[in-house]
Amino acid sequence: MNFNPNSNLLFLLAGAVIVFVIAQSVFFLVRSYRHGKEIGIEAAKMRKTMISTAIFTIAPALSILLGVITLSKFLGLPLPWLRLSVIGAITYELPAATSTASALGISLSETVTNPEVYTAIAWVMTLGIFPGLIWVPLFIKKIQGGLMKIKGKDSKWGDILMTALFLGMISAFLGMVFADIRSGLTGWIPIFVLLFSALLMGICGILIKKCNMKWLETYALPISMMGAMIFAAVITPLIGG
Amino acid sequence: MKKSYEEMSHVYGRIWILCALGMIFAYPIVTCIYYGAWPGWKPVLPGLLGVAPIYWTVGLIEVLTFVPMLGTSSSYLAFVTGNLTSLKVPAALNAMENAKVKPGSEEGEVISTIAVATSSIVTTVIIALGVALLVPLTPILDSPVVKPAFDNILPALFGGLAVVYVSKNWKISIAPLTFMILLFLLVPSLSGSVGVLVPVGALIAIGAARFMYNKGML
Repeated sequence: MNFNPNSNLLFLLAGAVIVFVIAQSVFFLVRSYRHGKEIGIEAAKMRKTMISTAIFTIAPALSILLGVITLSKFLGLPLPWLRLSVIGAITYELPAATSTASALGISLSETVTNPEVYTAIAWVMTLGIFPGLIWVPLFIKKIQGGLMKIKGKDSKWGDILMTALFLGMISAFLGMVFADIRSGLTGWIPIFVLLFSALLMGICGILIKKCNMKWLETYALPISMMGAMIFAAVITPLIGG
Repeated sequence: MKKSYEEMSHVYGRIWILCALGMIFAYPIVTCIYYGAWPGWKPVLPGLLGVAPIYWTVGLIEVLTFVPMLGTSSSYLAFVTGNLTSLKVPAALNAMENAKVKPGSEEGEVISTIAVATSSIVTTVIIALGVALLVPLTPILDSPVVKPAFDNILPALFGGLAVVYVSKNWKISIAPLTFMILLFLLVPSLSGSVGVLVPVGALIAIGAARFMYNKGML
């Protein structure tokens, strides 16, 4: 049978999984919104969370779409569409495809037409990251139980521990920005972008506190993020990156 | 007796995550059956060996690190929808910060779930629209003018996020931040494995915080 990585069947399969994930998201959204009302969270606060998150999500979602485009040159559209909409991220899927392609001795520069190569890659992608879905139900209660114990013993330390956990994550990403500075001025671009984003967030913070612009809270993170991305697009050609 | 909201979150979470697992496996299985093209172990195993040891470990680390931040329902959802570090976790943290609720509290659980669910829906819809409009969109998204903006999405995100958290907790930030900056300056090639370094940063931050807490500095 002729194999086409953009066949209707593959689109249908990927589409079915994606509809499922949207259903799951809607289920939890409605459920938590209702529970929020029951425990007395104002509806306005929850709506603000939705608006702010939706706006914040646009830029990262476009960046994921770029990942889909990158992979689609080799794998057709349905598989990258599925993998990057559900559980995956380009940082996982590209190495998974590359690893299988190099094991098979083929190049990633043209579209796959051999069904066995295609299914091999699909299996490596699936088997490569499915354990994340098993770890959650296996460990979630233990992790939360441990946290409750710590908080029960000393609630102040419990709060500090959570804060330290966030800061550990943020530190790893802030440190990563410094990885390329030895390659000259172009290596500094990520740092300039980081500082510009921080500056925009600082300005938003001042406006919110000093000028009482409370509505800005909802948009502060998307503004600093998109502002810094535009800044990157402006300074990169100037610096010669 | 009626089960509590929290207990039911685990029940629903498990049902959805197991179904998701089935759906994700259905793609390669149905493709293999329909095209009669089972690849066999020979090409799959070497490909898998190249990525699985790292991914399985990172997956476990992500669960340990992100579950406390996200809460119950949003963990069950976020691990299915993916893109945790660059999207779902920052979205949940920012939402809880803006709503002035604590992660791990009942309100935190609600706000975090609303954020992760909204973010998942918006992402999925944008990607689906993008796939439908791929032909007119590709030259715009792929253009050299726009490329630097997307290349720098992580510093653009974490710069803003850092201001909020580091300025509030600068004492706890000093140790992990100094360590990470020095580490990446000395070993730049590590930037590919930043996922593995997240728990390292977390352990350093927790160690430093414990030390300062015991000394009465926090």
